[in-house]
Amino acid sequence: MSVMERPEVVESAAVSPAQEPQKREVLLDLANVSLSFGGVKAINNISFDIQRGEVRAIIGPNGAGKTSMLNVINGFYQPQEGQITFKGERRTQMKPHLAVSQGIARTFQNVALFKGMSTLDNIMTGRSTRMRQNMFWQLLYYGPAQREEIAHRKRVEEIIDFLEIAHIRHTPVGKLPYGLQKRVELARALAMEPELLLLDEPMAGMNLEEKEDMSRFIIDVNEQLGTTIALIEHDMGVVMDLSDRVVVLDYGRKIADGPPDEVQANQEVIDAYLGVSH
Amino acid sequence: MFYRVSGQFKTSYESDMALFPIRQDAVLLGVILLAMYVVFPLFASEFTFKALLVPVMIYSLAAMGLNILTGFAGQLSLGTAGFMGVGAYACYKLTTIFPEMNVVVALLLSGCFSAMVGVAFGLPSLRIKGFYLAIATLASQFFLVWLFEKWAWLYNYNASGAIEVRTMDFFGLVVTGPTAAPVTQYYFVLVIVSLITFCMINLTRGRYGRLWKAVRDMDIAAELVGINLMRAKLSAFAVSSYVVGVAGAMLVFFWKGAAEPNLFDIPLSFQVLFIAIIGGLGSILGNFLGAILIVALPVLLNFVPGLIGVEVNSATLEHVNVMVVGALIVGFLIAEPHGLARLWALIREKLIIWPFPH
Ligand SMILES: Nc1ncnc2c1ncn2[C@@H]1O[C@H](COP(=O)(O)OP(=O)(O)OP(=O)(O)O)[C@@H](O)[C@H]1O
Ligand SMILES: [Mg+2]
Repeated sequence: MSVMERPEVVESAAVSPAQEPQKREVLLDLANVSLSFGGVKAINNISFDIQRGEVRAIIGPNGAGKTSMLNVINGFYQPQEGQITFKGERRTQMKPHLAVSQGIARTFQNVALFKGMSTLDNIMTGRSTRMRQNMFWQLLYYGPAQREEIAHRKRVEEIIDFLEIAHIRHTPVGKLPYGLQKRVELARALAMEPELLLLDEPMAGMNLEEKEDMSRFIIDVNEQLGTTIALIEHDMGVVMDLSDRVVVLDYGRKIADGPPDEVQANQEVIDAYLGVSH
Repeated sequence: MFYRVSGQFKTSYESDMALFPIRQDAVLLGVILLAMYVVFPLFASEFTFKALLVPVMIYSLAAMGLNILTGFAGQLSLGTAGFMGVGAYACYKLTTIFPEMNVVVALLLSGCFSAMVGVAFGLPSLRIKGFYLAIATLASQFFLVWLFEKWAWLYNYNASGAIEVRTMDFFGLVVTGPTAAPVTQYYFVLVIVSLITFCMINLTRGRYGRLWKAVRDMDIAAELVGINLMRAKLSAFAVSSYVVGVAGAMLVFFWKGAAEPNLFDIPLSFQVLFIAIIGGLGSILGNFLGAILIVALPVLLNFVPGLIGVEVNSATLEHVNVMVVGALIVGFLIAEPHGLARLWALIREKLIIWPFPH
């Protein structure tokens, strides 16, 4: 069975001299994870890992279970089976807000911004878990609460500059075009200063120029900030350019795992994308 | 021309985050505060205090409390009056059990009781949303009024079943009861409303405001950016009920002087809800604008026939009044569904660029 053979490919890729040594530490490890909704097996006994510092692409046809995979990683869904190890620690119960405080942030397939708030406020919500001043100081505002607000504002302004969205700082996000909304969402995730950033189709619905911008930002985040990235993307060109390793899902199963060029040449992957029956 | 922003540059995050990024806003507020603190007390009549200024401020405060919950945190409540009642009865019991307690302390403490009750009734919001939550708050409304009626301990076993505010003083100055001067009561209400408004502006522009708005706009996403939904929702219930409770206590202690349980029934809840909606959900200023429209306008309209020399009997006047105010409400909502606060924001924007269009 080919699913069983794939991990060997990973092994050989990992020990190949081309692989940089600092990418060897495993940040997140999933072992035999399964998730089902009623009768639907969204994730079927999947194992793979994400190494610190890499861009890990997750690809597959529609309904393959990619988004479900991210939802399991950030604790939005509890898998019925399998083990998840993050930063060397076996995970038991997980909630999304705990995942955030452990260093996992994400963006969404359908933009999930706070429509009634400005760009700045949206990004500031990403700092929520780091803000400490209690209700009493918040009521007074001037003093500790304001100092904290300014300190976080400075970090947020750095991200705003980094993603080149200074001009829309005070604009309500509901009024922004789709491409910019996606960028604000990335900014909000970066404001959480994650170690692992989960991006669910960050370029869906974008034109070529916007895609190029977004690709550049993802590379910058990975290289300059050193953030590990798990990326779901349908555009194969983008996946080939950006990712270090690719895992391919189909009908909730893992059908391939390895470097982009290898995965692209894999017959089972080609079949899955062309819709050949199994 | 007056709202000119040229020459005003922001050089620090403090100034960008300031309450009044534009100097003219501060001036306008200064004028309003001067009128409220100095001009009205000097010139206003007893009637103006009792029928206009004090009610407008108390209703504004109640609407502000509701707005925290519904406008900022997105949790619709139809039970505001019940929580006002909790504040009023708590203040009544505090001042009878501890006769020595300072009335202002009792007033501010009574909000803590309504906050606790608010959190208890807010617990369902962790499981249910929208329409169903509104029904749950409506149930709390019925339950509380029933409690005010049946639990005789609450009204000290008075034969009338009503609570009556006795004469109390604040360091020698009589502030409650029939002998209190309206201007004194006005000042107390004004100071407390100013203080709470300042605190609510601070809360809503900082961390809590963002938590609440995030929950309102998309609770799932809020959870996924690390916001603890339970804490965000319950804090909104607590703060909202606190403010509403203090408003309820002031309603009885500084305005009506006495209250029966049915004062805190559904009509009051809806009146406060109207003020919040017409003023603008998610706005602090809007509550004051809404209260002026809904509380003060009907009083002022009573004078119109006299001013233009027409004789109308009072029953007819009442009907005409209801119709005019109703039409105005519908008109405002059609013109600006986001309320008077948004209307003011648009006018302000026009003033900033006036007289140059664009
Ligand atoms: N909350 C849910 N309840 C029931 N079924 C679900 C739920 N979420 C996902 N599924 C099912 O799980 C399967 C995998 O869905 P998922 O969203 O993970 O796919 P995907 O790979 O992200 O697809 P796409 O490319 O369309 O985004 C689908 O069959 C979907 O219908
Ligand atoms: Mg998906």
